[in-house]
Amino acid sequence: MKSLQEQETELLHKESGILTAKLQRRSFLQYAGAGVAGVALIAAGCKKDHNTTPGLDTGVDLGSGDIGILNYAYALEQLEGAFYDAVVKSPYANIPANELALLTDIRDHELAHREFFKKALATSAIVGLQVDFSSINFADRTSVLNAAKTFEDLGVTAYNGAGKLIKTAKYLEVAGKIVSVEARHAALIRDLILNGSFADATAIDANGLDGARTPIQVLTMAKTYLKTSINASNLPTS
Amino acid sequence: MNIINILEEIEKVDAEVYERLNPRREAMKSFYGFGSKVALAALPMALGSMFKKAYGQTSTSVIDVLNFALTLEYIEYNFYQTGINTSGLIPAGTPAVAAINNIRDHELAHVNLLKGAITASGGTPVSYTAASFDFTAKGNFPTVFSDYPTFLAVAQVFEDTGVRAYKGQATALMGSPSVLQTALQIHSVEARHASHIRQMRKAPAGGGLTALKPWITGANDSGVAAAAASYAGEDNVVQLDINIPSLGFSVSASTEAFDEPLTMPQVLAIASLFIK
Repeated sequence: MKSLQEQETELLHKESGILTAKLQRRSFLQYAGAGVAGVALIAAGCKKDHNTTPGLDTGVDLGSGDIGILNYAYALEQLEGAFYDAVVKSPYANIPANELALLTDIRDHELAHREFFKKALATSAIVGLQVDFSSINFADRTSVLNAAKTFEDLGVTAYNGAGKLIKTAKYLEVAGKIVSVEARHAALIRDLILNGSFADATAIDANGLDGARTPIQVLTMAKTYLKTSINASNLPTS
Repeated sequence: MNIINILEEIEKVDAEVYERLNPRREAMKSFYGFGSKVALAALPMALGSMFKKAYGQTSTSVIDVLNFALTLEYIEYNFYQTGINTSGLIPAGTPAVAAINNIRDHELAHVNLLKGAITASGGTPVSYTAASFDFTAKGNFPTVFSDYPTFLAVAQVFEDTGVRAYKGQATALMGSPSVLQTALQIHSVEARHASHIRQMRKAPAGGGLTALKPWITGANDSGVAAAAASYAGEDNVVQLDINIPSLGFSVSASTEAFDEPLTMPQVLAIASLFIK
């Protein structure tokens, strides 16, 4: 097994090669001549940030850049979609009709998000993930709604934390379109558990702010519900 | 620091980046000399200066967005505070009191947070008081503080509009990651408020709108005809050129699953109805 240093050295050479190739293609860069070549060396000399985290460094690779972030969102929507699908297919006992209707709506929204990301990512999309809901008792209202609350609050903090990692305006815009729907879900689920808890102090801080989590923080929590291992080490960190 | 990545990322949102960085431009001219004259370690600062010149962007635009947001938060805060101060409006002894107080507290926190951020950035925060506003919206809602269902209807419109307003500014804040994140953290709180207010309107005391959902179905589902501008475009079903119903979802679910943005001029046109 190669040492980490050897691997990084190899990576740097590879990146340096890519940069050189791009330099040749980019006519504008020729304008700057030696100045930019110096920058390229500097760039190649700065290793990329890798969020290598035990438990999130092998398995399905989410990828890098905006694609990585979209796959990250796709992974979370897969998780939520599978959860609500299971809830609606075998609802807990004596579920009121209006409650089932609301959960069915949420199921549809999450599946729409999931299918949207799959379509948008096309060949870059990660595979379908295997979920592990063994910790959830689908026959029990409290267990189901508490899991739903976890997923929705987690989803909100995930999108809130990922926004600044997105580099393409149209992707940020679509993430914004989804996160507020997740927040509507989160509030509703919380109100079903305890009316009035839609935005209580467990979700919102003293500045009136919702949470924001990094992908690693989110996936560390989410992997409890995933059989499939996720490799998040290529996701952007800034 | 990787200029190639930076330029490629900029190219994604601005196809003309190379044109902007053209040698004829002053910014690029100053960049040329750096290879020999400036220590390479100083390049990050030099690049920042180059982009600023090429795009003419300063933090002014961010402060404009923050003052825009602050204006909306002032409207919301004063709206809820006036409602709370109006004896007999919010049914005493019901969960509505705590809910409206909670929302009011958040709006006040947002006002204070934004004021601080604007001042810290060297800007001057806009300033409003309760007397600055006309919550009847020039006579559209004459009973806003005497009829509880009307109060909740206007609250819903404010919250849904607020969500759309923050959403519409996200891309304008891409150059300021921490401001963007804070805006998103406010944005989702407004969505939580909207969800709850919609649930309150379903209750008999709140108007008994049993068909109303915590999410926005189609365009104007508020039951308030005068609020049409606040819901314009919410019935969109195409995201990133993908038709959501074509993926197997109902039109209703397709509109509910994605909240839509409003531009600053759209929001200001709505807000102006409430500002004297």
